[in-house]
Amino acid sequence: MYPTKYHTPKTLSEAQKIFAAAASPAYLSGGHTLLPAMKLRLAAHSDLIDLSAIPEMHGFTQKADRLSIGAMTRHHDVANSALVAKLIPALAGCAGSIGDRHVRHRGTIGGSVANNDPAADYPAALLGLGAIIVTDKRQLVADEFFTGLYQTALQPGEILLQVEFPIPQIAAYAKFRSLASRYSVVGVFISQNNKKVRVAVTGAGAGGVFRVQSFEAALEKDFSPSALVTCSVDPAYLMADASGSSEYRANLINVMARRAVENPGKTSCYN
Amino acid sequence: MTNIVLTVNGTQVLREVEDNIFLAYFLREQLGLTGTHVGCDTSQCGCCVVHVNGTSVKSCTMLAVQANSADVTTIEGLAKGDVLHPVQRAFKEHHGLQCGFCTPGMIMAAVDLINTYPKPLTAEIVRDEMEGNLCRCTGYHNIVKAILAAADEMRPVVTA
Repeated sequence: MYPTKYHTPKTLSEAQKIFAAAASPAYLSGGHTLLPAMKLRLAAHSDLIDLSAIPEMHGFTQKADRLSIGAMTRHHDVANSALVAKLIPALAGCAGSIGDRHVRHRGTIGGSVANNDPAADYPAALLGLGAIIVTDKRQLVADEFFTGLYQTALQPGEILLQVEFPIPQIAAYAKFRSLASRYSVVGVFISQNNKKVRVAVTGAGAGGVFRVQSFEAALEKDFSPSALVTCSVDPAYLMADASGSSEYRANLINVMARRAVENPGKTSCYN
Repeated sequence: MTNIVLTVNGTQVLREVEDNIFLAYFLREQLGLTGTHVGCDTSQCGCCVVHVNGTSVKSCTMLAVQANSADVTTIEGLAKGDVLHPVQRAFKEHHGLQCGFCTPGMIMAAVDLINTYPKPLTAEIVRDEMEGNLCRCTGYHNIVKAILAAADEMRPVVTA
């Protein structure tokens, strides 16, 4: 790893100032993607600005019909939060299905969302629940936030502060894991809120996380696994790698979507 | 370079460290605590697991400067003199190790699991929760047995 200068600002404005003054800075949250990338010299940053000491970036708040989660909240804390389990149990299950327990002790929701790995779980949860991303400059809906592989609408220096989730009537997540990496080969997050259905897919899209409008329309008419039997996703938009061809992934999206509908309130994992 | 102060196995440590040094290497090379192993160095294998403020972490993926003012426990900090920790004893009694390379991480992970898991432990839960620790020779069967035996001893009230 190339030399770097580590900072621990106590306030948001201090973090912004350090970022503005540095040559090639990066914000550090859980560090479980950024630090390995720096170790391999795939990334080099003159300054690492650790956001973990900024108080407003931690914890949970219920605001009317929304659940707000601070960007520095660790996966372990989301998975074990009684409030999350009560309001959106599938989201708690989703956080508990990421990586392993040691990784969950460090990794954060904000870090995962800002990194937008095409096989990460949280982007599917945000897009599938219609979350709102709150930064130090503005608010964005999930549909505008995720813009491509490892790409988001965040501008240089912009800090993701909270994620706000509308509380749905039903939410469920089903994922098929790679046996080796444990990342999702296909993960499908489904929610139903005031008769509107959202279906978001991770692990499969050639351009990262995406929604499947045809599945949503079918489930709005009939929220049952059988409604999806005739639905399909065009493999042309899907990625192919050692874990599976795009045709295989297209089939898995349908299977995982049905499993999600069959298991409301849950996150179910398959191998 | 940054000055850091932390507690390692109950002893306060003050060191000047490079900002890009990982905790595993700091423990091994600067403090001589070579019980913490580095296997894959990519956050997969779990040989480097230590406790930071009572929580298990992969120390190959955390900077030493991030452990500033923290309380760190390594495998060297578990036994009380000649008396092994119940998890260490269980690994010995149930043949939970062969070459021993993964053992420090396995034991630190198991201690964290037994201390913090909110429900009674079963073999299935142990296998699930220990997925961040890889063993390449013993096989997991005796490791799971050892962890369940230690859990029985450490938390008799809540074990199924």
